[in-house]
Amino acid sequence: MTETPLIGAVSSTATGTPLTGARIGVVTFPGTLDDRDAARAVRLAGATAVDLWHGDTSLGDVDAVVIPGGFSYGDYLRAGAIARFAPMMGQIIKAANSDARLPVLGICNGFQILTESHLLPGSMVKNDHLKFICREQVLRVENNTTAWTNQYAAGEQITIVLKNQDGQYVADEKTLDELEGEGRVAFRYVGWNPNGSRRDIAGITNAAGNVVGLMPHPEHAVEPGFGPDHTGTDGLGFFTSVLAHLVGGKK
Amino acid sequence: MPRIVVDVMPKPEILDPQGKAIVGSLPRLGFTAFSGVRQGKRFELTVDGEVTDAVLAQAREAAETLLSNPVIEDVVNVEVVADRP
Amino acid sequence: MSQKFNIDTVEHAAATPDTELPWAELGLKRNEFDDVVKLLGRRPTAAELAMYSVMWSEHCSYKSSKVHLKQFGDKVTAEMKMDMLVGIGENAGVTNLGDGWAVTFKVESHNHPSFVEPYQGAATGIGGIVRDIISMGARPVAVMDPLRFGAIDHPDTARLVHGIVSGIGGYGNSLGLPNIGGEVVFDDVYQANPLVNALAVGVMRHEDIRLANASGVGNRVVLFGARTGGDGIGGASVLASESFDDTKPSKRPAVQVGDPFAEKVLIECCLELFKGSLVEGIQDLGAAGISCATSELASNGDGGMEVELTSVLLRDPTLTPGEILMSESQERMMAVVSPANAAAFEAVMDKWAVEYSWLGEVTDTGRLIINWDGATIVDVDPRTVAHEGPTYHRPFHRPEWLDGVQSNTFRASGTALPATGLELKAAVVELVSSPNMCDKSWVTNQYDRFVGGNTALAAPDDAGVIRVDEQTGMGVALSTDANGRYAYLDPYTGAQLALAESYRNVATAGAVPMAVTDCLNFGSPEDPEVMWQFAEAVRGLSDACMELGVPVTGGNVSLYNQTGSTPIHPTPVVGVLGKFDDVARRTPSGWREDGQAIYLLGTTADELDGSEFANLRGHLGGLPPRVDLARERELGQILINASRDGMVDAAHDLSEGGLAAALVESSLRYNTGARIALDEVAARDGVDVFTLLFSETQGRAIVAVPRSEEVRFNDMCTARRFPVARIGVVDAESGSLELQGQFSAPLDELREAHEGTLPKYFG
Repeated sequence: MTETPLIGAVSSTATGTPLTGARIGVVTFPGTLDDRDAARAVRLAGATAVDLWHGDTSLGDVDAVVIPGGFSYGDYLRAGAIARFAPMMGQIIKAANSDARLPVLGICNGFQILTESHLLPGSMVKNDHLKFICREQVLRVENNTTAWTNQYAAGEQITIVLKNQDGQYVADEKTLDELEGEGRVAFRYVGWNPNGSRRDIAGITNAAGNVVGLMPHPEHAVEPGFGPDHTGTDGLGFFTSVLAHLVGGKK
Repeated sequence: MPRIVVDVMPKPEILDPQGKAIVGSLPRLGFTAFSGVRQGKRFELTVDGEVTDAVLAQAREAAETLLSNPVIEDVVNVEVVADRP
Repeated sequence: MSQKFNIDTVEHAAATPDTELPWAELGLKRNEFDDVVKLLGRRPTAAELAMYSVMWSEHCSYKSSKVHLKQFGDKVTAEMKMDMLVGIGENAGVTNLGDGWAVTFKVESHNHPSFVEPYQGAATGIGGIVRDIISMGARPVAVMDPLRFGAIDHPDTARLVHGIVSGIGGYGNSLGLPNIGGEVVFDDVYQANPLVNALAVGVMRHEDIRLANASGVGNRVVLFGARTGGDGIGGASVLASESFDDTKPSKRPAVQVGDPFAEKVLIECCLELFKGSLVEGIQDLGAAGISCATSELASNGDGGMEVELTSVLLRDPTLTPGEILMSESQERMMAVVSPANAAAFEAVMDKWAVEYSWLGEVTDTGRLIINWDGATIVDVDPRTVAHEGPTYHRPFHRPEWLDGVQSNTFRASGTALPATGLELKAAVVELVSSPNMCDKSWVTNQYDRFVGGNTALAAPDDAGVIRVDEQTGMGVALSTDANGRYAYLDPYTGAQLALAESYRNVATAGAVPMAVTDCLNFGSPEDPEVMWQFAEAVRGLSDACMELGVPVTGGNVSLYNQTGSTPIHPTPVVGVLGKFDDVARRTPSGWREDGQAIYLLGTTADELDGSEFANLRGHLGGLPPRVDLARERELGQILINASRDGMVDAAHDLSEGGLAAALVESSLRYNTGARIALDEVAARDGVDVFTLLFSETQGRAIVAVPRSEEVRFNDMCTARRFPVARIGVVDAESGSLELQGQFSAPLDELREAHEGTLPKYFG
């Protein structure tokens, strides 16, 4: 038979590289759902996952941070609006804006928290079709120079998981023009815009390239057998990218 | 053009998870004066022309049947708002 | 505290024996009320009356069904018990998975609340079953939802579909639980009584198994989670035990509103409690709220408990003691904690910002004492509340109309049947676009199937598959099935068919079936014909479980599913759980490798009665397909071995819609066509091609076998004397499903037909 890769066989991934020592923080808020998935993705990429609790006030010695998806505080009020004020977010905002430029990846609810925190511009509103949607989604990598995308080719198409209720990216025209002009649109939806996002935007980066946010979920496409189409691992590049960035950069 | 504003609130005896989460987060930001929050919905119905009694009655009926779910929500206010200048 | 109402204390009740009590309004029958008086030796207090009325309702006491349900416990061999760590009677059964792992799963109904308020009804259905799983000490890992609605084009159906699906998604998605399968069926018998069943599965280490009992005199009783409000007061007895009557909307009680965020926090908080071994016993609060939790904990433990009801944290301060006892406010748990662990318990609550209140302690008096501001308002033997409620031997008899129905076969109805290739193609397209057979991704795309990163298969595959142990890949497969039309034609066989299909689905995915849960949805037990359907279904299901060697570990009965005097079709939903040593071996339902051989396992008889094709023609009569459990077992072995030894790359069971539906689904799964030739098989089985395509004969499956495995696969089937036929090959180039000599259908056309139906009706 065609050989189905054995699920859970992690030996084929980047363990044993000089990056094994990298420590990637994964933040948990009340209502966070994908924290264990994000930690698994970090491990599969070959780094060490470090649990960060929303109420704590220290980042410890993490080299980068993932703010995973979920429904922090039930997404009540607005998605990400309450989580944004957690003590841990204060630390993350400070470190992301500091000279050290801590790499921060916000996925789904994490992206919403980053926009509520003003680390990234714009906001997310309810999907144009008003329903929660879960599907395998094709994205085009528009900017492969960020801390989280440097292992992809420019223009590469990847398939990862999309699942959200409030995923429609909106910003005013001026902001959108700036994002386009500065190459800060990191990902665009390909084939079908699943939520009515302006200009098909799926993810964006800040000017420095250390803070990236996107609605789809790379951490659900890192392990053969459990991702899109039961095979896809296109999301692993996010996590290997940040390790390459850490090695090539300040480390 | 005149508008009719409809305010809908969760019934008092019904759990309002949103209000509960918000009231829980207020004191963490130093807003300590509030012991409860309930979150409702506001609708604005634009009327082409004059708001007659019949139009207002329609708005009330729409509020009771479509805009609110009478099983868990109350229409607490239906009022005409003057034209924007 | 200041009292806003007169408190009916035990002392007062003893002194005022003649006070009129609203027992009838609370749903008790005269004889039941008399029993309460006899048990207590006095009239009950208002609070006691509230407790007995909810706990003795059909929903909580199983008073009409338990004489029959006994068979699930009786028809069990020692071998079936081997892996059963916790059996029927607890919040959910627990099955051993080996390596120190255990799994718990259960399916429950939330039918009536979902008709009243579809979103909240469905949402709180998920919430309730998930709390049952947590109460066992398990981490919930997945949910499934078998759903049944009225006619797809009925004006009320869209309201229910939108509300129920978004309620399941809104709650389940927020909990981080992948929704891995279920069913969506449309039939006008469910028009004013949709079925919303919810299944949850959880996993734990053996040492984490928790039971609902209050042991250890002096241990403290604590209520934690959401505050108590007026939600669903009387819901348990009124909502679940009486049919709806449109003329009395005032009888509808307050709707329970779910707060998935609170539940998610509660899950994490409970798991932290289990990890620290901080609770001695735990019970979720569902139907009958505190009445149920206190009486069950007390009667399962050392037999006594004393609590102070004014300690309960309230959302609505105007609630009376009786209302507090009956409230069905969601997202609450009750636990028994040793004094030594109290501080650690409180620290966990504080970490997760969960409110809690200490209510009292465990005693050895054999009495459940509930006080209100120090005065005793409940003094009962908890067993009489929780376990020794009324038992009815309801009269039942075979409906006289059944002979007429069973003799009215589809063949005899004279319906025109497709014969030419063009007609067959039109019939296949019609079938796969029909409400029951069409693609359900409009529904399942509103559910998160990826969260957790352990989903190895999900709808539309035959079973949902979840990895349990990341080190070894060990995991579980789950399927739920029922066919109300089959059960209407013959409830004994119908229940067995539900089990057979669910068993087959799990085996098709490659898992070894281990345990069963059921949700028995029926009409009114006070109707002897419905009661006969129920009795037959339980007898059939329990016999079949015994024969297949899979025990029922838990489940739920939902009665009074009818509007006016018209009951629903008997709908015994059966969930089967199977085990994988390594979920990497799971078999998906679609083929995708060009040139692989497609085999049909099993033989086909002329069994169109009760079929989807007959349903399309508006016919329901005759007898359902025959059940051959020995054959199901043999087929299961073949599919499991084939999966384990890498002999098949795709497998799909044949059930509703028969071979026609299976061929289309397996082709569309990965958009890969096939060339099929049926003449030889038709000749072998003595049926025409139409019958071969649309008959719903059981014990069949199609598989895709790599060329290199064909000899081995054939040898295995031959050695087991199982009928097998090579019916075609996977054709990745053609982009069509070709039935040689009959028709060729482009996949695009099939896809449009298959996927267009639900969006057409629901947007």
